[in-house]
Amino acid sequence: MFKPLPHSTDASVPVVVNGAAVSVPAGSTAAAAMLLGGAGHTRSSALSGEPRAPYCMMGACFECLMEIDGEANQQGCMVIVREGMRIDRQMGKREVRE
Amino acid sequence: MITAFDLAIVGTGPAGMAAAITASELGLSVAVLDEQPEPGGQIYRGVERLAISRAKHLEWLGPDYAAGLDLARAFRKSKIEYFDAAQVWQIEPVENGRLFYKRNGVTGILNAKKFLIAPGAMERPMPVPGWTLPGVMTCGAAQTLMKANGLAPEGKFVLAGCGPLLLLLAAQLLRAGVRPAAILETEVHRWAALPRLPGFLAAPGYLGKGLALLREIQSGGVPYHKGVTHLAIKGDTQAREIEFACSGVTHSEPVDLVLLHQGVVPNGNLAWSMRLAHEWDDAQRAFRPVLDAQGRSSNPAVLVAGDASGIIGAKGAQAMGQVVACAAAIDIGRISKQEVNERAIAAHAELAKHRGARPFLDTLYRPAQQWIAPRDDNTLVCRCEEVRAGEIRRLVLEQQCPGPNQMKSFVRCGMGPCQGRLCGLTTVELIAECRGVLVQDVGYYRIRSPIKPITVGDLAALDVPLRSDAVNP
Repeated sequence: MFKPLPHSTDASVPVVVNGAAVSVPAGSTAAAAMLLGGAGHTRSSALSGEPRAPYCMMGACFECLMEIDGEANQQGCMVIVREGMRIDRQMGKREVRE
Repeated sequence: MITAFDLAIVGTGPAGMAAAITASELGLSVAVLDEQPEPGGQIYRGVERLAISRAKHLEWLGPDYAAGLDLARAFRKSKIEYFDAAQVWQIEPVENGRLFYKRNGVTGILNAKKFLIAPGAMERPMPVPGWTLPGVMTCGAAQTLMKANGLAPEGKFVLAGCGPLLLLLAAQLLRAGVRPAAILETEVHRWAALPRLPGFLAAPGYLGKGLALLREIQSGGVPYHKGVTHLAIKGDTQAREIEFACSGVTHSEPVDLVLLHQGVVPNGNLAWSMRLAHEWDDAQRAFRPVLDAQGRSSNPAVLVAGDASGIIGAKGAQAMGQVVACAAAIDIGRISKQEVNERAIAAHAELAKHRGARPFLDTLYRPAQQWIAPRDDNTLVCRCEEVRAGEIRRLVLEQQCPGPNQMKSFVRCGMGPCQGRLCGLTTVELIAECRGVLVQDVGYYRIRSPIKPITVGDLAALDVPLRSDAVNP
């Protein structure tokens, strides 16, 4: 759905999107990494289970809730990528853990 | 110990940055908080980084965007305490009240004599059939991806809706060599806007920039459908097809990505959570806080600047930030009205010029009823709690549900993680339409803190009492 634009000297940051290695420009958000990784949907609705994906990219809509380094319910558009970050789809609602 | 400031400013868009610079120059001790890791707000998002590693992108985004760089640099040099990546989740709207924020996973508290909030704007929700499908985003989202992440749409994509941002995005993408498959422009109101043209012409550079954008889009060869009266996005798990109607003819096109836009509205949750008095702005079809000419709200502890006060644009927001910072400095008693007069008058004159352009733009791009109160019963209004337009209509007409807060009780409309940001205006417009009353008589959601996501653990970790009488009465 999205591609990197040319003419950038941003360093690349390796992350893991849904189990696959992806390189994203430094300073990118986790939600952008998902879009660049061609994730399609990035979560499924906690109610109906229908597929959803980032919508506003500015922290308002909460459609980009995802699992980041194992932590669920993170707003992917508000989190800047770090090397080795694991970014995963969140299916349904967050599970309560001990 | 809680650090105390004269003034706490929320937001580092043009209004917040300008307010911070002015307030510090006037001798106030200033804290500035913003949830993003870098200053600029959404309008100048990432501008400092682009200047370093993506100069070409800066050129594509254009001089109005690059202008943010000077402001960001002046902001960095100003004598303020800047809390980047800090999410403000509660402000006690009293003088010497506390401001609660989360930063690096930890809750912080600071104290301020007054609060100047500049949370900016967000795109108006545009609920059309299929708008929750992956592959549907806002024009602003695509622009943010270009600014903050250096990404552009791939495959066949269309821009649908209307407003200056939609046209600007089309031109910015074309400059980067990325061509939209089509622009589907919903009805604009040229004749109604015409009498308001003089104010627009008096505002510096507006007409020239608007015409230049239209020329760029035209010479870019983008198919431009005008007067679109119906939109529906279709697909199973992903947007695959867009259906649109104009001049009485329905068309259908395969598509990979749809970018919607129907103007911008004040980003209101912080102001609402502080119980500021609001009024309905019928020209902009949105609520805005009731303010005096210097940005003082109904609460003596709170001032508002920028697009959160009603949409005025980046340049207007910058001027207003200066105006409101002067008022704060006077009210705090740091400086006399006479001492600040010259500065305040200049900023006021600048603000007035930009404000003068709005009536034309507001009228030209006033959203038609079907975009703010969806006709199709099956269209989702509340994306979080999955409440559809038909359900809202039924509850008003059959169950006499009178307003948005009662709608929460019936179907949890507006009670999901986005706290009504993406359904609030649609819900109140639908209720008003069904009841045959004005939107101002329907009111809005009662927004309560925390207005940003925090955990029970965050609250438990606080070693101070939450004075609940000062918030959410």
